[in-house]
Amino acid sequence: MSEFILQILNGLDKGSAYALIALGLTLIFGTLGVVNFAHGALFMIGAFCSVTLSRILSASYETVDPTQKDFLGNPLKVKSTYMESWLGPDIGGAIIDWSVPLAILFSIPIMIAVGIAMERGLIKHFYKRPHADQILVTFGLAIILQEIIRGFYGANPIQTPAPEALSSVAQLGGALGLEIVYPAWRMVYFFFALATIGGVFAFLQFTTFGMVVRAGMADRETVGLMGINIDRRFTIMFAIAAVVAGWAGVMYAPINAPNYHMGMDFLVLSFVVVVVGGMGSLPGAVAAGFLLGILESFASWERFKVFDGLDQIIIYLVAIIILLTRPRGLMGKKGVMED
Amino acid sequence: MTNKLTRRGVLKSGAVAGAGVALPTIFTASSASAQAYTNEPTGSTVTLGFNVPQTGPYAEEGLDELRAQELAVEHLNGEGDGGCLNTFTSKALKGNGILGKKVQFVTGDTQTKSDAARASAKSMIEKDGAIMINGGSSSGVAIAVQGLCQEAGVIFMAGLTHSNDTTGKDRKANGFRHFFNAYMSAAALAPVLKSEYGADRRAYHLTADYTWGWSQQESIAAATEAMGWETVNNVLTPLAATDFSSYITPVLNSGADVLVLNHYGGNMVNSLTNAIQFGLRDKMVNGKQFEIVVPLYSELMAAGAGKNVQGVLGSMNYNWQLDNEGSRAFVKSFGEKYGRPPSNSAQTCYAQTLLYADACERAGTFNPCGVAEALEGFEFDGLGNGPTLYRADDHQCFKDVLVVKGKENPTNEYDTLEIVDQTPVAQVTYAPDHPMFGGAEASLGTCNPGA
Repeated sequence: MSEFILQILNGLDKGSAYALIALGLTLIFGTLGVVNFAHGALFMIGAFCSVTLSRILSASYETVDPTQKDFLGNPLKVKSTYMESWLGPDIGGAIIDWSVPLAILFSIPIMIAVGIAMERGLIKHFYKRPHADQILVTFGLAIILQEIIRGFYGANPIQTPAPEALSSVAQLGGALGLEIVYPAWRMVYFFFALATIGGVFAFLQFTTFGMVVRAGMADRETVGLMGINIDRRFTIMFAIAAVVAGWAGVMYAPINAPNYHMGMDFLVLSFVVVVVGGMGSLPGAVAAGFLLGILESFASWERFKVFDGLDQIIIYLVAIIILLTRPRGLMGKKGVMED
Repeated sequence: MTNKLTRRGVLKSGAVAGAGVALPTIFTASSASAQAYTNEPTGSTVTLGFNVPQTGPYAEEGLDELRAQELAVEHLNGEGDGGCLNTFTSKALKGNGILGKKVQFVTGDTQTKSDAARASAKSMIEKDGAIMINGGSSSGVAIAVQGLCQEAGVIFMAGLTHSNDTTGKDRKANGFRHFFNAYMSAAALAPVLKSEYGADRRAYHLTADYTWGWSQQESIAAATEAMGWETVNNVLTPLAATDFSSYITPVLNSGADVLVLNHYGGNMVNSLTNAIQFGLRDKMVNGKQFEIVVPLYSELMAAGAGKNVQGVLGSMNYNWQLDNEGSRAFVKSFGEKYGRPPSNSAQTCYAQTLLYADACERAGTFNPCGVAEALEGFEFDGLGNGPTLYRADDHQCFKDVLVVKGKENPTNEYDTLEIVDQTPVAQVTYAPDHPMFGGAEASLGTCNPGA
């Protein structure tokens, strides 16, 4: 029983990342009609926002310690952080320790800037071009972005730990009399994803801006004829989608050490999530994200594993079945992807 | 516009174009036939091909290999401080190139993909005239490139390749490996594991699903079972996996008290990180402290895994902290040039380049068959690993193996691992026809000089 619950938790955890990325993808497709293959790169840039802030906060100066030797036998240069020197080891150390949560704020202007630059600088020129052109150009952009990150940060993964207080395991099964332990940060990630998804839905549902955007998604031309600059709002939505993907990456950094390729690892899966959920359907993207995350988790569990590698293909098998039986996806609008 | 295409015209154009395309091959063929062997150097220089991952997940490792290869060329040409030329027991190298020819090199990008690695090696051999190929960070790549070099008639001096197959069932007469292998890792680790964790342990294996992973798992399972451990389960994980949480959670209730991660590179960084996140190292199972073992370490991986490696045992081919004359000379030379200590992949590429050059000098020729003969059965010291034998039967180097542990209190970014034991070569030596190495059917074949 406890293993079963653990696999559900694993699935929700994986699904959180899928849902956050797919949510942004769907927002962009629903508003701008663009198939954005560079969206995974936004996730990766978000993760590197964590790395960058962590490095900024850990900026250090060197002092020579003559009592110790380095690998060449010279006096050892010992690094001390400015943060701890200025604010003392307690406060300075705590700020460094909490660099990943702080990166949520740090990433907002960066992701908005990257999102707007991406949309205004490149993607807007491909609105009226076929989807194949959009895929090619955004895929190319994704490769360029990841190579830029590799150039700056190298190819090795960079450990970016969660705050010490959230690095332990949480005891969850007490009430059920089960022994269930789960990493605290993964629980944080799940609840953070839920809060972000809830925030995006509330923004679209309960604000005037959101109402206009939803109207534009339904009928862009009519909204435009009413004198509303829908293009500007859609650009803002692109920036919001970039921030959502960036946050998914920021908070994912302690789960798996960020590397320049991580965006690509999630990109294709997230597209499948969007297709399974229904192109343009925000609730569909979220539901499919969690559903496929759980399916993938169970497929890698030995008890359900029919053959090795099932977990690597289960999502695609489901996508094939969905596309054959319900081309519009689980919650897609009638007519979309059905012609 | 009038369409002037005619059947006759197309045929003529085709014939001319065909001849044009064939021309370089014709010239290559005739010039090659004048050579005694592939890419026989005729001018004042000799070209070596360094095939390392310059892009992709092992690019950092490839970069370090390239640093070491450049340093080796520098030393061969008499530049710099000479490095291990001063400590090498063979005194054939004089710092005047190889056989009087100045050494130059070309590089290729393996991308850690077999097809890309073969293509870059082929290009270096056919277009740049490389007479030897060295480098790489994956067994799949090493086996593929070794096969290509055998066909092309050049020597392959493998870089980082740890699968038993490289000098086992896939061994080749033109291929040589200085790096240790999975069997040696297991044989070196087992006694240390027994003394540290006892003989009564239950091990759960997570294994990368490709040639190296299978090889490593088979070796470590055999070695640990021989000393009394029980293998509870072995789960193959896809090479593309990034989140190992679904593979880790079943370990929690499996009754195992040791997790063996037969993973390398990014796989290892992620699986170890995930295992630590799930609190495995804080668990008590069967009345014992739960332990994690990583059979193959590299400094770059350890840096990637950060503090997660602390206290975790593994093995290495070489570590810059190894205290012998050759190691000190290499670390000094490398450290002064690049401001960092060398990785074990860098050291193996440096040693391989010098060993190749030395074999040419001793053989008095660049002919791959002469070079191979000079390398076979060659005993040497002074390159960093201590006394070493290049065994003739399978072209595998035999030397002491290092057992290392993630350092608990590192003093700087390079101080991630500490040497806990140096297993004597006798304990890691096996018969050339060992079943894990292709058995009696495994054969080097015959040397191919090409041309």
